[in-house]
Amino acid sequence: MKKIIKYVITDILRNKIILSYTIFLLAISFTIFSLEDNSSKGLLSLLNIVLIVVPLISIIFSTIYIYNSAEFIELLVSQPLQRKKIWLSLFTGLATSFTIAFLIGAGVPILLFEPTATGLMIIAVGVLLSVIFVAVAMFAAVKTRDKAKGIGITILIWLYFALVFDGIVLFLLFQFADYPLEKAMIGVSALNPIDLGRILILLKMDVSALMGYTGAIFKDFFGTTTGISISFVVLLLWIIVPLFFSTRKFIRKDL
Amino acid sequence: MKTFILLLCCFYYTANLANTIQVGKNEKISTIRSALELAKDHDTILIQSGHYAEGNLIIRKKITIKGINLPVIDGENKYEVISIKADSVVVDGLKVVNSGTSSLEDFAGIKLYNSRNVTIQNNVLIQTFFGIYSQYGRNCIIRNNTLTAFKKEEQQSGNGIHCWKSDSMQIVGNSITGHRDGIYFEFVTNSVIWRNQSQRNLRYGLHFMFSNSDTYVGNTFKHNGAGVSVMYSHHVKMFNNHFEENWGDAAYGILLKEISDSHIEGNYFIKNTSGIYMEGASRVTVIKNSFRNNGWALKIQASCMDNEVHKNNFLGNTFDVGTNGSLVLNNFNGNYWDKYEGYDLNKDNVGDVPYRPVSMYSMIVERNPPAMILFRSFMTTLLDKTEKVLPSLTPENLIDAKPLIKPMNL
Repeated sequence: MKKIIKYVITDILRNKIILSYTIFLLAISFTIFSLEDNSSKGLLSLLNIVLIVVPLISIIFSTIYIYNSAEFIELLVSQPLQRKKIWLSLFTGLATSFTIAFLIGAGVPILLFEPTATGLMIIAVGVLLSVIFVAVAMFAAVKTRDKAKGIGITILIWLYFALVFDGIVLFLLFQFADYPLEKAMIGVSALNPIDLGRILILLKMDVSALMGYTGAIFKDFFGTTTGISISFVVLLLWIIVPLFFSTRKFIRKDL
Repeated sequence: MKTFILLLCCFYYTANLANTIQVGKNEKISTIRSALELAKDHDTILIQSGHYAEGNLIIRKKITIKGINLPVIDGENKYEVISIKADSVVVDGLKVVNSGTSSLEDFAGIKLYNSRNVTIQNNVLIQTFFGIYSQYGRNCIIRNNTLTAFKKEEQQSGNGIHCWKSDSMQIVGNSITGHRDGIYFEFVTNSVIWRNQSQRNLRYGLHFMFSNSDTYVGNTFKHNGAGVSVMYSHHVKMFNNHFEENWGDAAYGILLKEISDSHIEGNYFIKNTSGIYMEGASRVTVIKNSFRNNGWALKIQASCMDNEVHKNNFLGNTFDVGTNGSLVLNNFNGNYWDKYEGYDLNKDNVGDVPYRPVSMYSMIVERNPPAMILFRSFMTTLLDKTEKVLPSLTPENLIDAKPLIKPMNL
């Protein structure tokens, strides 16, 4: 298993796309921090990168990588290896390389310019989102055989989590404005890892505004140690659940 | 020579008049009560350190009471500790503890009744119901006292420095913690509140009602339950105060309700849920203040008019300005907004396009508070950008036509 992981990681790291992704993150982070006059504003711009670009790149790249290594996977399957191990090694390889890319690309500049609680939270959320979207991508890739269709689905998934979901929530908020929705909103936010990550960062970044009445309810939940632990457990579930189902599917799949 | 002798006589006379009475365990007089009976006008009572529990001490003469090494005057949780019912009394250097608590009477550590020219200074008050209470005080000085209370609920706790129907008061350099309101003014005029520290009080750090022509300068109001509230007053001046970390839906750096003709200059509003909340305020000038990291730097309700907001720095606030309607009768000009994205072609340090300090999302949150959970998502950023191009929800007239390009040095 270690050998496969090592192979996958070296293969991905040699890939020009992941390298340029790292450099892109690095360049953007440094420009943002040096252009803005105060670095907390820079953090705000980085927030959008973390919430939009990181999931997009990791979901699309992972899907393409899985499709492109179909022959390699077939080769591995023909060897006396457990399918579960092959699939998990692929996941570990992808997740590790994306984590490394994010940590170098965004983690280092954040630690240099803004090593605050907010900065650390952005790094944590960024790493988790990278891994979550690798897991989701693998699930999508194993479900569909056709490459074009698979990539289309992953783009739709990203669009849904990054944009459509918030639109629906906003719509529901206004439709049911007469009802007390504060607590329901906490539950709804667990349905979208990007939202959950954003709220965790918001609690560090806009804590004064969140201390208002509704904010206080969010703060009471997400701000406590139990709340933060629960949120992180939910984010981990967002990794484990897709991974579990994709592994199950891969084991039974007729390649 | 004649005058010299006359002066000498004068000194001799006054010296004869003003005696010093020592009170202490090892002195002839061991209780403050008997010293108060013995004393005449203009005498000084010196209290040695020790523990004195003598019920309610009433001062009816123009005397000076001075403690040496903070003698403890104990109200045993039953009495009002010191009541001043004479003019020109000085109370200096006492440690007043454990006043009674009552829901019928306003027991205080030190209370003034209809007195003039009283000075209360360098005292330490611990666990008193009301701390220092002035009722019909005139021209009194309350200086360098430290007041601490530990009550948990508002109704069990009194105010730190409470002035009612007083005039020309000077409240200087006091430190107040754990009371209901740190400093409370009701019908107090022509007074100054200077360099006080009011922190961690249960309700307001400073509470003003019907108190006109007062000034407060250089105070710090930090971490109070509901911040600072100034209501139903006019000609109030506020300079160089710090309003920090007042958190909660009903907590404000300052709440200005029905305030008019007032001046707010050079203050610092840091990390409050709302920096300034204005309701029914008119002709208030807000100038050269610094708003940093607040939830809402300024909430200005549509009931406000003719307020001038100029030359302030708005830095790192979640929302710069919030409002509840489309009617705007106030002026915002020449402020620095860190969210301003315009340009300055002629390099005069004034932006060429106006800035709209009310973001669409602050209007949405005002109408539908749970929407706060979507804040800073891609969707809402998109909405904000569209709104900037085509304003529909935000009040059209609420603009800063001359936003500054660089922050001022405040």
